[in-house]
Amino acid sequence: MEVKPPVPQIPPPVWTEFKDLQEFEKYRQHRADDDKTSNALASIADAIHHMPGGWIVTTGTDKIFNWARKSSIWPVTFGLACCAIEMMATFASRFDVERFGMVPWASPRHSDLMIVSGTVTIKMAPMLKRIYDQMPDPKWVVSMGSCANSGGPFRHGYHVVKGVDRVVPVDVYVPGCPPTPDSLMYGLLKLQEQVAHFQKTGERRPAAADTK
Amino acid sequence: MTAADAAARLREQFAVEPTVDGSLVTAAVAPEQWQPVARFVRSTLGCLYFSFLTAVDWKEQGMEILCRVENLDARLAVMLRTRLAAGVDRCSTLTGIWRGADWMERECWDMFGVRFDGHPDHRRILLGEDWEGHPLRKDYAVDTPHAPYR
Repeated sequence: MEVKPPVPQIPPPVWTEFKDLQEFEKYRQHRADDDKTSNALASIADAIHHMPGGWIVTTGTDKIFNWARKSSIWPVTFGLACCAIEMMATFASRFDVERFGMVPWASPRHSDLMIVSGTVTIKMAPMLKRIYDQMPDPKWVVSMGSCANSGGPFRHGYHVVKGVDRVVPVDVYVPGCPPTPDSLMYGLLKLQEQVAHFQKTGERRPAAADTK
Repeated sequence: MTAADAAARLREQFAVEPTVDGSLVTAAVAPEQWQPVARFVRSTLGCLYFSFLTAVDWKEQGMEILCRVENLDARLAVMLRTRLAAGVDRCSTLTGIWRGADWMERECWDMFGVRFDGHPDHRRILLGEDWEGHPLRKDYAVDTPHAPYR
């Protein structure tokens, strides 16, 4: 007697039954103006005007340039000590700073941000200054961890710079030994707030000025 | 060769009183016997492995140089120590006996300011060329502010 193998019966997919799709359709119907109410544009839009076939955003040049600057801060990959491990974790997929537009870049000449992640020794300080000088303006510095902030546990040693702000101007200090990726991301968000108010005055606003 | 044998050999060859602790023989030698004892330890006791060389600053009692070498086959370790007189910072080199002493003596010069006579490449090794002073000496003022970064 012949035994027939069972033929699997796969029901055809009915896409309208998917709950995500239903919600998405509802969302599309709700937002008839599409991206006009998008959060990404809301921060820079002074007015949104309708045109035949679309709409126009009017804003100030400072605002839109700063919006572009803060949305694509490229940090130079500059790991000095154990803080660099946390920095690498922040750059990697779990914490994923690329959603803030940050691409860790291996060249200071294409970078906007230097994250000083670790102990700066007196021997290293001239090299750090050189890398900082190679970055194009406007540029920002995040001091990450106790060592970069103040010298940390090596403050009373003979070989450590007592704070990287003795070498380069620092915009945001991130405390911790080492700071967790969450702390560093908080510092980067603070930096974004600061960059949003960037003005070509040559003066640097303290990061705390923008906090509420 | 056991540690007790090595101590006896050292005692009969030189006027030293080695102490034995397990497999470690510690011998305090005079500075002028530093090289002869080291050569004897290498050639006769077979201590080919140079472990480390460092110094201790005993302030007004002078500088002490420590050197540990090992005979890995016989599981024997010899610690040589010599006490320089107060204010003296010159010692004879061991680079002709163990090549590994080269960088150790450079580090010792870098950190303690001990001059090793006969060293082939007597430069700083860790700190920068423009560094002033020797930071592990007791009289080094650690918190002295120096331009531009300190």
